[in-house]
Amino acid sequence: MVVTTSQGRQTSAAPSSPQTASMSDPLAIELRGISKAFGPVQANKDISISVRKGTIHGIIGENGAGKSTLMSILYGFYKADSGTVLINGQEVQITSSQAAINAGIGMVFQHFKLVENFTVLENVILGAEEGALLKPSLGKARKLLQQLSDEYELSVDPDALVENLSVGHQQRVEILKALYRQADILILDEPTGVLTPAEADHLFRILQGLKEQGKTIILITHKLREIMDVTDSVSVMRRGEMTDTVKTSETSPEALAELMVGRKVLLEVEKTPAAPGTPILEVENLTVVDAQGVIRVKGIDLQVRAGEILGIAGVAGNGQTELLEVLGGYQVGTGVIRMNGEELDLTGNASDGQSRREKGIGHVPEDRHDEGLILEFSAWENIMFGYHHDPEYQKNGLIMDTAKIKQIAYDKMERFDTRPLNEKLPAKSFSGGNQQKIVLAREIERNPDLLLIGQPTRGVDIGAIEFIHQQIVALRDQGKAILLVSVELDEILSLSDRIAVMFDGKIMGERLPAETDERELGMLMAGINNGADAAQSGDA
Amino acid sequence: MTLMKSFLGAAATLALTSGAALADPALIFDLGGKFDKSFNESAYNGAERWAAETGGTYRDVELTSDAQREQALRRFAESGYNPVVMAGFNFATALETVAADFPDTKFAIIDMVVDAPNVKSVVFSEHEGSYLVGVAAAYAAEGDTVSFIGGMDMPLISKFACGYAQGFKSVKPDGTVIVNMTGTTPAAWNDPIKGGELTRAQKAAGSEVVFAAAGGTGLGVLQTAKDEGILAIGVDSNQNYLQPGTVLTSMVKRVDNAVYDAFMQGDALETGFSVMGLSNGGVGVAMDDNNASLMTDEMTAALADAEAKIISGEIVVHDYMSDETCPSY
Amino acid sequence: MQAMPKWADAILIPFISLLLAFILSGLMIMAIGKDPVVAVQTMVQGAFGSTNGLGYTLYYTTNFIFTGLAIAVAYQARLFNIGGEGQVMLGGVGVALVCLAIDWPHWAIALPAAMIGGAVFGAAWAFIPAYLQAKRGSHIVITTMMFNFIASAFVGYLLINFLKVPGSMSTESAGFPDGAHLPNFHDMLAPFGIEFSANSPANIAFLIALLAAVGFWVLIWKTRLGFEIRSFGASETAAKYAGINPVRITIIAMLISGALCGLMAINNVMGEAERLIDNAPEGAGFIGIAVALMGRNHPIGIVLAALLFGFLVQGGAELNLWESIPRELVMVIQGLVILFTGALDNMVRRPLEKLFLALRKAKEA
Repeated sequence: MVVTTSQGRQTSAAPSSPQTASMSDPLAIELRGISKAFGPVQANKDISISVRKGTIHGIIGENGAGKSTLMSILYGFYKADSGTVLINGQEVQITSSQAAINAGIGMVFQHFKLVENFTVLENVILGAEEGALLKPSLGKARKLLQQLSDEYELSVDPDALVENLSVGHQQRVEILKALYRQADILILDEPTGVLTPAEADHLFRILQGLKEQGKTIILITHKLREIMDVTDSVSVMRRGEMTDTVKTSETSPEALAELMVGRKVLLEVEKTPAAPGTPILEVENLTVVDAQGVIRVKGIDLQVRAGEILGIAGVAGNGQTELLEVLGGYQVGTGVIRMNGEELDLTGNASDGQSRREKGIGHVPEDRHDEGLILEFSAWENIMFGYHHDPEYQKNGLIMDTAKIKQIAYDKMERFDTRPLNEKLPAKSFSGGNQQKIVLAREIERNPDLLLIGQPTRGVDIGAIEFIHQQIVALRDQGKAILLVSVELDEILSLSDRIAVMFDGKIMGERLPAETDERELGMLMAGINNGADAAQSGDA
Repeated sequence: MTLMKSFLGAAATLALTSGAALADPALIFDLGGKFDKSFNESAYNGAERWAAETGGTYRDVELTSDAQREQALRRFAESGYNPVVMAGFNFATALETVAADFPDTKFAIIDMVVDAPNVKSVVFSEHEGSYLVGVAAAYAAEGDTVSFIGGMDMPLISKFACGYAQGFKSVKPDGTVIVNMTGTTPAAWNDPIKGGELTRAQKAAGSEVVFAAAGGTGLGVLQTAKDEGILAIGVDSNQNYLQPGTVLTSMVKRVDNAVYDAFMQGDALETGFSVMGLSNGGVGVAMDDNNASLMTDEMTAALADAEAKIISGEIVVHDYMSDETCPSY
Repeated sequence: MQAMPKWADAILIPFISLLLAFILSGLMIMAIGKDPVVAVQTMVQGAFGSTNGLGYTLYYTTNFIFTGLAIAVAYQARLFNIGGEGQVMLGGVGVALVCLAIDWPHWAIALPAAMIGGAVFGAAWAFIPAYLQAKRGSHIVITTMMFNFIASAFVGYLLINFLKVPGSMSTESAGFPDGAHLPNFHDMLAPFGIEFSANSPANIAFLIALLAAVGFWVLIWKTRLGFEIRSFGASETAAKYAGINPVRITIIAMLISGALCGLMAINNVMGEAERLIDNAPEGAGFIGIAVALMGRNHPIGIVLAALLFGFLVQGGAELNLWESIPRELVMVIQGLVILFTGALDNMVRRPLEKLFLALRKAKEA
């Protein structure tokens, strides 16, 4: 839980912020009846929200619920079809991001908008330079940065190049950019997606500090835990509509989940203890060097047995992606990988995704949009994708039996409860959860001995998460081996039978879910091993 | 079938309406286009001169595709244009078939011989004109090296080069004639940059006078010759005015006269083989104010002498195209 | 959910684009003092008003179907084959070598042999840029474009040094033997009692082009190879995931593309000129890009777009012939069509989408 300390002191950085902040303060921002349609899709329907000054307000909703659209309207990227925006009680027209900045709104995007080879200072003043010469602006910004970092734990080296900063620090630069532009209202879009738990906690401390100073913060997230931890009030969106706004202290994760999905959801995965069998996958001293010459995986060892789920935890970009790619057959590596005791080719000369499938490896890739699916292709084409050489799909040596493939695809989609149940629709017209079901239907229905599965529920709605988790556990219970990679610690903890934590291309340690907690895993994810199990880590 | 009938009906209507232009002459340019500052333009000038003098009208067309050669010939012939004149040897294949299909229409082809009763073939004695400018080059050069730049490498251009070399060597038997072709594709007709480079290279090899028979490429030759301080000789039309003072002369080829004559004769066009040489003003050496200072009396006298001897038959200039060899290089 | 019905996307947008191009062309024709209505009549009459004009239109159409399909095959793999021109030239060499090799007894034997010759030479010419792209990452747009120049120089060299008839001034090969003469529409339709102009160049290659269009459809949408080509084109990362070899697909797609370009030579070299001339493709390789673009990389669209461009070339020649509209302006009109149907697609699409949405809303309300 986040602890905040009051260190309120009025600074020139926030000239317009009030002296005190409390729940009875006037409204910082009020939206009245905002509607926005994209073609036939109603992204926002008559949305009204009021956020009081000096509070942290959460907006939660599933993918496609309309959160991002709403914030884009607030930041001037889209123009609302109807409705009004009031800032500090005054109606404003936000026609561009510059207008939003002038109205005191700052935005921290999910994907940072920083110039990588500029310094922190240069990034902060970029677009807000005063006068023709840079020097006065830089001097002023340096002073201000110093003040801000003192007050809000926002410390970053002003002269460091952004590309050399960690993701958490880059995010701080984004916050500094907004504050430098004198933002009173700060909007953060899914800010913790790329952070370690420790970094996330640090971010929340910063947000608390800003709140103490009278700043208003809007936090967009799909993580219930974050909402419960840091917000004062929360609005729930579903299918473009605002379903409810409640005080955080008066609600529960279960109640919020129900509001989001529109029905009761089971947040915990029900599963029996694993009954692991013989090793299916054995990895020894696996090293992966990427095309740029960076060593991504540094000699790891691991083993997945039949009937168990091995969860790989870690912050994104610590080698998990490359591990999956090597196992999936489309990345080269060195070391030894054995599947059912048979050594696999790692050079790429005698192997590809195709040959791995023939060896009984199914793969649900991390990136559904770029790898797992071809979005423009129809669902049935996606269901044969990768298995299109299967004799079952052919009419003769030359022509594919498309009618039969469509029928098979329909059946698979039906078994995986894919909606809409129409195999002819292009993949892009399915929701994230249903897209994932298409990939899962393709891979699981092949009955693989080993299923590689990366970020199974990224961008997937809560309702579908439940279903997907059940399918993974069911496959395990059939005695199959499962290698699960996820950046969501909750998911790792609730699904895995064993947990390995990856950091900087190495396995930092292995834990049993019952004997560990988020704090300990978080430390391992940050590269800190207390040494309790040095023998388990993959390298010396 | 009804559709097909209406097509045919429409075609008949078109033919009738076009028939109003009966017995007007027509001119077909080659792919280079009407305004190429050279061969086609010369043909165009001849047609315009005819139109201005007689007040008549004519039809012309520029082609964009090889398949259009036969098409244009046929369309003009069936619409009653007479005679149909085409500028360029590339029409030979098309003309052979079309001429047979339209025995009552007269055709004239320039730079090529097509043997048919209703075709007049006009060829030029470029070797004779080139011989004369070779003589002029020999007198203009202090040393014993001159040069030639051709456009696309083909027999017709070698004919120019060979005549030029013979003329030069008639004065300086031990001299050297450097011969370069710009390229082997039609692009060689329009590459003034390369023309300039070749000129510089030839100058470096000692050339004092460069004869360019290279279409648009020649403009680069003339320009570079001026920049490098050597003399150049133009081709086809009188190009003396392009760089006054450094263009020694031009070997003119009167394509305009050929077109003009054919148009004048109209549908009574005299068919058969016709050579436009020195004797009938088909080729010649351009003399005007722009090159008067360059032409010495000695040179003028030598040119007149050579011209008279060629016309009389005392000097026979070898035609490269007769056997694809040249005695002088 | 789609903003527009499919028919609007496939038919209405190209139609409106064309209309805009023609309106602008009409204004230009007016600007040079000619009557645009007469100009349109001349073009339509010239292109479709007689079997002779129709024959020329279909002759050009045949060329553009081949090159349009070729560009589209490569584009299905997201490869921009700008080298159609060079591949057609080399295809011409292949066809010419086959036709001149022996005294063919009958066209029915000569044609398949010539098709193989053209396809192999065209494919071989496309192979080099494909290999460089697949193995070395040399950008295929640059290499194919450069290979057009090399092809032009190479064919010129071959013509002058080996294929030219000694003593002839034209850079062209000897005429093909009579046994390599392909039946034209006149010969083909006479048995059915249909009178078709004997002098138009449309020939049996038109039917081969239509067959190629059907083959294209089968290949792309019915075979595993086509599926792999499309997958690779839609998402290279996904293709790698699925085990589709990028090197293999790049090379195969380009080989098919080059072969289709090379096949065009049976129309222009064997069917029309009956000898190999210099610069035989006359821009068909480039027009193929516009045809593929306008035809939405679908065989039906390509055949229709090829017909449109065939009409523009033949109708444009007629404009030049009878209306004294300079050929440069005819090229401008063709350019406008390419511009509006290709590059300015969104200019028409956006307002139309809005219109359809408004209509739908009105209907719902």
